[in-house]
Formats: sequence, structure tokens, C-alpha cells
Amino acid sequence: MTTAGAVPTAPGVTTDERLAQRSLVTKVLIRPEFGAVTGAIVVWLLFAWQAGNTWMSWQGTKTYLETSALLGLSALAVGLLMIGGEFDLSSGVLVGTSGMFCALFAVHAGWHVLVAMLVSLLVAAGIGTLNGVMVVMSKLPSFIVTLGVLFGLQGFNLWLTQRVTRQTQVTGLEGAAGFELGRKLFAGTFIRIGGVGFRSYIVWFVVIAIIGYWLLARTKVGNWIFAVGGNKEAARMVGVPATATKIGLFIAVAVSGWIHGMAVLFQTTRSNVTEGVGQEFFYIIAAVLGGCLLTGGFGSIVGAAFGCLILGMTQRGIPLAGWNNNLYFLFMGVILLIAAFSNEAIRRWASTASRPPSQIVEQDADDGTRAAPAEPDAGAT
Amino acid sequence: MTRGGDVREPAGRDTDGHALIELQRVSKFFGNVIALHNITTSVRAGEVTCTLGDNGAGKSTFIKILSGVHRHDEGRLLMEGTKVSFHSPREAKAAGIATVYQDLAMAPLMSIWRNFWLGSEPTTWLGTIDTNKAKSTAVEELAKMGIDVRDPDQPVGTLSGGERQSVAIARACYFGAKVLILDEPTAALGVKQSGVVLRYIIAARDRGLGVIFITHNPHHAWPVGDRFLILKRGQSLGNFARSEITRDELIQLMAGGSELEALSHEIESVVRAPEP
Repeated sequence: MTTAGAVPTAPGVTTDERLAQRSLVTKVLIRPEFGAVTGAIVVWLLFAWQAGNTWMSWQGTKTYLETSALLGLSALAVGLLMIGGEFDLSSGVLVGTSGMFCALFAVHAGWHVLVAMLVSLLVAAGIGTLNGVMVVMSKLPSFIVTLGVLFGLQGFNLWLTQRVTRQTQVTGLEGAAGFELGRKLFAGTFIRIGGVGFRSYIVWFVVIAIIGYWLLARTKVGNWIFAVGGNKEAARMVGVPATATKIGLFIAVAVSGWIHGMAVLFQTTRSNVTEGVGQEFFYIIAAVLGGCLLTGGFGSIVGAAFGCLILGMTQRGIPLAGWNNNLYFLFMGVILLIAAFSNEAIRRWASTASRPPSQIVEQDADDGTRAAPAEPDAGAT
Repeated sequence: MTRGGDVREPAGRDTDGHALIELQRVSKFFGNVIALHNITTSVRAGEVTCTLGDNGAGKSTFIKILSGVHRHDEGRLLMEGTKVSFHSPREAKAAGIATVYQDLAMAPLMSIWRNFWLGSEPTTWLGTIDTNKAKSTAVEELAKMGIDVRDPDQPVGTLSGGERQSVAIARACYFGAKVLILDEPTAALGVKQSGVVLRYIIAARDRGLGVIFITHNPHHAWPVGDRFLILKRGQSLGNFARSEITRDELIQLMAGGSELEALSHEIESVVRAPEP
């Protein structure tokens, strides 16, 4: 930094007069949520134009809000885990596993629904802990570890359900003691607006989003999450409990998967063996739309929530607009790529933005090395 | 500065006080590899001790002993006159030894203030981070190192290499380090950036810390050093106060004077050899 001083500053403080103050516009553009919020607005406007009356009605709003909320029950925690630098591919199947255990306990073991729910919560948390411990101890990529758990749980769900019910689903939940309570808590009508009932899991979605935002942006633990995702060794060196943070994140994914499982279970009143399988990629897409980097260390829960809205609105809007349903997958692929490219651009900006081009050239000449690091590790340049 | 004279005498100790850190005839073995043998040096508050050595000299073992990663096998390690032995990096940190490794311990995508406070975030009674205090303190502390951070929210990766070093140094100073160990901070930096880091070293020294500056470049060490320890293949080539050695002698010692002479003789004899 040169002291060539056109800019008057405090004595002993150096500034570079070649750097303009970053404008407010730039600051907004680089926020991780920006893409998702803009995207959500654009998608809403698009379907308001194409699916007019139905889209604007309360019934129409309910369909996409509920789809988005269901997705978000799992996706927000998956986004948080991604910011912490890990993946959980078993997050989809866990929804089915939680529902299956709750249904089996309530219908076939005759337990009260509340007890069944709590025990299935413990099972889910146990699986989350197992995921976390395995990833941390083995030092294998979490992608592989949780892929193994995904297949394991998929087989286990199939085997256990068929063993007990000789079918591919667990039915009869309506007759279980405490069913009404469970339904009210997770999938019942929370509020009626204009004669249309909105389900209570929309509230769960909003609550999880608020808690997730507050945790990440406003608490120490949030700082730890960014740090273990951005540079785990650095975090350890300054005393962040990296192992506990990672395991905690896996448990959070599992618990929110349980919430999702309960919502689906009490809405459909049955537990299907294939529930949730394949959904894990949608959670990742929602997180990427929300600004989360695949390599970790950057992202936003609010962004992921708007990402869920984008996916939910698209899924419901396409049939309402009378388009070919297959366009949904094409659309998802395109927006995922757009989001991934723009997140990467932001990440690269974060490594070089403050330096004016001539300074980068000078540094190249001095060091004989490339100025910007290729990936978000803490290189010395 | 007292005249040390005999290298075997623990130099750098005033009549009125003890050195912040002192190594007396310290050795470290890994199996039958002698990583360090009979090393003696010290650093006092408000001074910089430069540890010089080429690759394989034992510099990284030296740092790891001071920062608590390894325990020494022979000799004594003293802090302010008291014998110490660290069992973990956390113990060393608690004793006031802050180590800034070459990879800086920074997460490039996180903002300056988040990196500054990582691991020691200030909280309000609600349990949330006191963001105002966090940001304003970070800006103040960096201003003390001579950097004007107008936006503490900018990712630390947008700072140049030298500035990132200064955030790491400012962090160590603020969180109560008594001794600051810098592991080759200028190794990957260009000429201008290295000058910037040297200025920050002086700023830390002027705040009363004892700085141990590890480097393989005598041109960087000379301007800031009050004491020089030269390591070669685990042995000490000397532990000199600034008054006991000249710049050229230092460069000569580091450049491996005798080997370079032998090499140039060899080259000459090859050139002069008669053609077949």
C-alpha cells in the first residue's frame, strides 16, 4: 500500500488512493442472498403473467408455499451444513426413516403418537451423530460417507417395513392414539385465509429459517460454522471446537429431517418406503441458489429459504401455466448452473477485488506467482 | 544491550529482569534424527529475535517447541525466568505465546472482523455477538498497525498478503500475546509486501511484545533484528546480539560462505578442464 498522499488520513495510517470506496450497489450485489431474492421475484412475476388467476389466488399461493416449506424443512439445515463445509446425502432418506419409525411405533407397537414421535426423533438424532462421527473420525469426504448411509438406510427402510407390514408402506396411522395431536402439530391447518387452509409446517419453515439466520449471522456458533467451512485448520488453531461444530451440524440436519418426516407422515397418514429418496439433491440445489458454496465457508440461510421458494413456485407454476411438466427439470438444471457460476464469481471477487489491476500485475512481477488463489484456502498470497 | 560474548552464556538478560523467553542448550530428537542440538537464544520484551536458517535447519522444530506442539528433550525453556514445558498449543497460547503460521490461520471468505475475533467473539447478554464492538475494535486495532480498514465487512481474502499478515499480528497483539512468533511471514511475498510486513513487526515490537521472527532471508532479518540466531542442520552457528555482528557477516553466515567458495572452485576447475 502506498502512502502517496492525495487522501488525508490519520498519521501513520496508509491508504491506497487508487481504490475507490466500494459502492452500495456492489455491496448489495455480492451478498449471498441477492441472487435468490431476485430469482424468487422474477419467478413469481413470470407465473403471475403465465398462470394469472390461479397463481394470484389463495389456493394457488397455498400450493407453492406448502411445497416450498416442505422442501425447506430439510434444505435449510443442509445449507447450514454446506456452509460448514460438508454434505449429507442421507438427508433425503432420513425423512422416510423418521416417518417409518414413528408410524411403526404408533401403529404396530401401539405406542402413543407423542412417544412414537420422540423415539423416532432420538433415532434420527442418533443417525445424525453417527454421520458426524464417521465423517470426522475417518477424514473421508462427507459425500462418500453419507452416500453409504443413504444406501444403507434405503435398504433398511425397505427391509423393516416389509418385514412388519408385508407391504411397501405403513398404514393405519389415523387410528393410533394421539394422531390428532400429531397432525395438528405438523400438518394440520394453521390458519384459514379466504377460505383456504394453510398447513402448520409453513410455520415450522419460517421458524427454522429465523433460527438458522440468527444462529449463523448473529452468534459465535455461526462464526464457527463459517470458519470450519472456510478453513478448518485455522479455526482449530484459534480455539474453535471444530469437531463438535461439524457433528452438531450433522445432528441439526437429522433433526430437521425428522421435522420434515413428521410433516409428510401426518399429511399423508402413511409412511412409504421410498419417501425422501432422491430429494437430497433438491436440498443442495436450494442451498446453492441461496448463495452457498459447494466448498463451504460462504452462504446464507435466508438465501436458501428463497431458493426453496424458487423451486416450489416453479414446481407448481409449470402445470398451472399449462407448460410441459418435464420443463421443471430443465429449468432446475439451468438455474443451478447460473447460481453456481455467480457464486463462484463472488468467491473469486473475494480474493482479488480490492486490488486495482495494476497492483495485481506488480505483485505478479514481484512474486512470479499468480495473485489469486485457485480455491478458498488461506494461501500466503 | 549487554555484551553476550560467550555463546554458551544465556545472553540477552538484563541485570534488572529476565528475558520473556529463553532457550538454554535445548535439543530435540526424533528417534535417532537430531532435529535440534544445543540451541541457546532468548527474546526480551520490546525486542526482535531473528531465527535464520535454510531449509532443513530445524526452524520448524524450533517453532513447534516454542508454540507447544513438541516438548524439548534436553535443555531448559524459560519464560520470564521460570522453567516451563508446554504439553499442547493451547497451553502455550494461554501462557501468552502467539504463533502466526505461514498459512495465517485466516478464512479468506469471512470478513475482517469475523476473522479477527474468531474463537474469542464478544457476546452480549443475549448470547449474540456484539457486532458494533467487534467491528469498531477490529478497525481500531488495525489502525494501530497502520492499516486503514474502511469496511471491516470486506472478506479478508480481498486484502493483500502483507495486510493479511498484519490482521494476524494485530489479532495476536490484541488477545494478550506476550511473545509473538512469526513463521516465515515474508517467504511468499514480493519485495514491497515484505517491507510492509517488516513495518508491522516493528509495530508489534513497539507495543512491548517480544517478537521471534523466523526467516531464511538475512536481508529481511537485518533491518528489524535485535538478536540473531543462525541454525544449520540442527546446530547453532551463533546467537548474536546486533552489536556483535555486522550485516555482511550475517549474510555470509546465511549464504553458507564456505560452501559457495567450494562450489565456485569446482565450477572454475570444470571450465578450465582441457577438452578431450
